[in-house]
Amino acid sequence: MAVEPLPDNVMVTKLDELASWCRKNSLWPMPFATACCGIELMATGASRHDIARFGAEAFRFSPRQCDLMIVAGRVAMKMLPVLQRIWQQMNEPKWCISMGACASTGGVFDTYAVVQGIDRFIPVDMYVPGCPPRPEQLIQSIMDLQDKIQREGTIGGAEFDTAQRQAPKRALVELPVYGQTPYFNPNSPLARNVARRSPS
Amino acid sequence: MTTPATLEALKSQFGELATSEFRGDTRLVLSAAQLPDVMGWLKNNRRFDLLVDVTCVDYLNFRDATDRYGLVYLLANTITAERITVRVYVNDPNPTVPSMTMYWQGANWLERECYDMFGVEFAGHPDHRRILMPEEFTAFPLRKDYPMQGRGERHNFPVLERSDA
Repeated sequence: MAVEPLPDNVMVTKLDELASWCRKNSLWPMPFATACCGIELMATGASRHDIARFGAEAFRFSPRQCDLMIVAGRVAMKMLPVLQRIWQQMNEPKWCISMGACASTGGVFDTYAVVQGIDRFIPVDMYVPGCPPRPEQLIQSIMDLQDKIQREGTIGGAEFDTAQRQAPKRALVELPVYGQTPYFNPNSPLARNVARRSPS
Repeated sequence: MTTPATLEALKSQFGELATSEFRGDTRLVLSAAQLPDVMGWLKNNRRFDLLVDVTCVDYLNFRDATDRYGLVYLLANTITAERITVRVYVNDPNPTVPSMTMYWQGANWLERECYDMFGVEFAGHPDHRRILMPEEFTAFPLRKDYPMQGRGERHNFPVLERSDA
């Protein structure tokens, strides 16, 4: 039986690539803006820089509707449980951009009250240098993230360690509740995570 | 600007109190025991109806200092714009002063902040908790013997990884 040639309006691709192509062009940012980087983030979303050109114009303030967390600004120690809870509430697949010097390293705020880089406590995909970064830099990071999604993405989310992801949302249950669970309790089940990445 | 009439009345009511003056503002130095009487009198008799601020200074290793903590109460009369500063010095191991919440409700959060940052206790405070730092925090970070980068409290959070969510 002869193989018929495909019609002109049919394209052949891999399912992973198709899924990644859809995802990368429809990022929904969750603006976690705590400081001056947030102003640049707003400028990026406004008409002059127009983040809609990259399919990421739908900012949502509910983490349940987002898949890209943009942490813009310093994160205080007291804010970190909030950041972690919001990150856990986002649906997968999800990515994180650490925008600016403070979110990435603590910046000039090398004090007891400020987290010295959010990547100590949540996963980060892209770091944007600058204090604060120009909107062009943030757009570049979004384009780089799109590249990363296109290159590494799989429809099943294998790049996110799916075996454990399928387990019940264990960590969400264990995450301490502010004011109810002592953070410094060495017997907490989450202490294993503290031990795994020892303080520097 | 504190008026001479206020200073005269203070003197006749409480005897000689240590005062000093800087650019027209008078500073009144009290002991912790004198504080409730004099502050209540200033509010009720001299109409210092606004407690502008309550804050604290740590005099550790400060030249010529004899006391560890110096509390600062800034009072204002909103009708005559008269102002006065009240200082109280307290020391370790148990720095305690009476709370001023019975005279000025606004002292509530100001005193909580002093407690949070310096560990000065305010006896009789209705809500004696930390106000800025997390409740689990154990140190008093604005004391001069507290290292600026902390004692590692900030590292004791759980680390979330990709597999955790």
